[in-house]
Amino acid sequence: MIEVMQEKNLAAIVGAAVEKHGTHADAYIPILLEINQNYGFIPAEAIRLARAKLHQPRDHSLVSEGRLYGLASFYHMLSTEKNGRHVVQFCESAPCHVQGGRELWKGLQQELQLKSGQTDPLGRFTLKTVSCLGICGVGPVILVDDDFYGNVTTDDLADIFARYE
Amino acid sequence: MAFYRSHVLVSVDPECLKRGAHEVIDALNDELIVQDLIQEVQVLETSRIGDPFRLGPDMLVYPEGVHYANISVDDIPFLVEEQFLKGRVVEKFRAQEKVVSDVELGAPKAKEVRVVLRNCGKIDPHNIEDYIAEDGYSALAKVITEFSPEQVIDEVMRSGLRGRGGAGFPTAKKWKLCRDVPDNPKYLTCNADEGDPGAFMNRRVLESDPHSVLEGMVIAAYATGASMGYIYCRAEYPIAVQNLNIAIAQAREFGFLGKDIFGTDFSFDLEVRKGAGAFVCGEETALIASIEGKRGEPRPRPPFPAVKGVWGKPTNNNNVETYAVVPQIILKGAEWYSSMGTEKSKGTKTFAIAGDVVNTGLIEVPFGISLREVIFDVGGGIKDGKKFKAIQTGGPMGGCLTEQHLDLPLDYEALTAAGSMMGSGGLIIMDNETCMVDMARFFMEFTQDESCGKCTPCRVGTKRLLEIHQKICAGKGEPSDLELLDTLCVEIMRNSLCGLGQGAPNPVVSMLKHFRSEYEAHIYEKRCPAKVCRALIRFEIQPPVCTGCTVCARNCPVEAISGERRQVHLIDPDKCIRCGICAQVCNFNAIDVLS
Repeated sequence: MIEVMQEKNLAAIVGAAVEKHGTHADAYIPILLEINQNYGFIPAEAIRLARAKLHQPRDHSLVSEGRLYGLASFYHMLSTEKNGRHVVQFCESAPCHVQGGRELWKGLQQELQLKSGQTDPLGRFTLKTVSCLGICGVGPVILVDDDFYGNVTTDDLADIFARYE
Repeated sequence: MAFYRSHVLVSVDPECLKRGAHEVIDALNDELIVQDLIQEVQVLETSRIGDPFRLGPDMLVYPEGVHYANISVDDIPFLVEEQFLKGRVVEKFRAQEKVVSDVELGAPKAKEVRVVLRNCGKIDPHNIEDYIAEDGYSALAKVITEFSPEQVIDEVMRSGLRGRGGAGFPTAKKWKLCRDVPDNPKYLTCNADEGDPGAFMNRRVLESDPHSVLEGMVIAAYATGASMGYIYCRAEYPIAVQNLNIAIAQAREFGFLGKDIFGTDFSFDLEVRKGAGAFVCGEETALIASIEGKRGEPRPRPPFPAVKGVWGKPTNNNNVETYAVVPQIILKGAEWYSSMGTEKSKGTKTFAIAGDVVNTGLIEVPFGISLREVIFDVGGGIKDGKKFKAIQTGGPMGGCLTEQHLDLPLDYEALTAAGSMMGSGGLIIMDNETCMVDMARFFMEFTQDESCGKCTPCRVGTKRLLEIHQKICAGKGEPSDLELLDTLCVEIMRNSLCGLGQGAPNPVVSMLKHFRSEYEAHIYEKRCPAKVCRALIRFEIQPPVCTGCTVCARNCPVEAISGERRQVHLIDPDKCIRCGICAQVCNFNAIDVLS
């Protein structure tokens, strides 16, 4: 039952994204970003659905599933695998690294009991690393979904994660 | 566009978010709906207002310009009723300190000259009129009414402006190349894919003064003959993307963008293209591929984008800072701009200072200032009274410079001659507790991860460089590794397709040159002089200091510490995993790290 509902949602999400950005080639990445944001990741089915809408030989707009999958797998912010309900991203860049990021990364993995790229069995959190978020003045930095947290220490982690169900 | 009589700017600085800024925004909107004021008052997100550690979450209310601090969700109903319904300032919520401080961008320090950053933190980025009040768009008016495109190029040429993305190519020359290609339409791209770790100058300009970039782009479009432009902004900068979109909509409304600008027949429009997380997209041909909806993989040049760029048409690509400075050059004149800087590097440059320095944040200084002045005078010196060890300039493709380079003048040529580069302007400062082999490993992890995979020297070469560093850090380095590193670096630099691969070995090359003894200590003596590499250090309890309190033994995750209460404890080096917890929990500093 849930499976069926999700599929319906996915078709609606893909349809809305194509509607919003159009079918021209420069819309492909915005469309995939939007699907990723609204569905949490980009399943193979989404690629198939998007391709069906974007491939319009009559308008000389030719696109293969491979082209779309190539985009989804190339860009870090697009995920082809299912994530947890919340994605925790740790900034792994040099300024954070030298300002206590090394210790925080250890603490983060311990707190969540996850390694980079893993999702917990209950599907609550996925842990990832991200390249510089550009707020190096307040490093080390983590990003939970769309919320930025700066000057994070291992002691702050439990409080931060308690806000996400 | 709706008209609001009042605007509330809520700081969504990371610290304010941590303290519930989003909840405050939601509560504000809810209460405005309840009190039927939602059509009259607009709630917006902004970057830092006051010191978030003392004042967050805080907000500014316009037009009054009142600064409210330490607002919680419970304060909102009263605040909305008083401020917006009854029109009275709520004194008890008002920030006590008048001075608006900004840890990222403080008041200009003695040696700073602010040209690009002049409006940042001073004007409301969501309000075009604030920008216009600071002479905004008057350079565009001047150009369109008084200058021919050739005269614009000539003015920029005489100013000596060079590309701020890092390579330092003369901007006017680039514009002329694009203008002279007999093909239409022409495009402009703005590289706002600021991916260098530690560099956030462009983010701040885009967030705080987006119109300066827009105005610079319209002027560049007039000079090059472009009719359409794209700002390629990385998705890691959501506030920058949002503020750019607001700015573009407002500029269109005022007739500074779109059809028939200023009533002439010159038309130019702009769109924001959001990246999706790929460092290599900062390379211009990869950036263009990404705009076209392809994987961000670079291609060989020539043809240069000036000939074949977006959609195969002539394209001029500049960095955010380059565009942002153009209106100032037009307004104040080429001579004013070229009076600052050195012989070949004119004007000012923004830098982001990060790492082990007292004042991290943004600065803007004239070219020619020394690294010593930047670190010690502007940056306030090294944190916690430690000693300066190295400075990484030019981002992950740049190099490390040492004490002996501190008096070098900061300009494109001097940095290149010293084996580093200007890059986009990130400066990472490291103290004497940094292990340079570990740093090199760290940079290789980054480039290896960000290599797009198209060409073999970069894809495989950076992986091998990383593996060798991992081996050395793990205490398994062999004497032949040093020679292998030297050879690999040269081969990768020579044979890679784009700047990423050609620059990737730079950090290693500079570290091998300036810190070879640290590599040798790791390899020959199995010792990490900075006591960072876990495999090469050991923890030891100092008998005279140890009180036998048992805290370390109780906290050790692998039970490597033994000893009776009130007796000196002992760490078993074979069991110890070098996690360092014992040293952290010891109240008497009895545990030493030895290498």
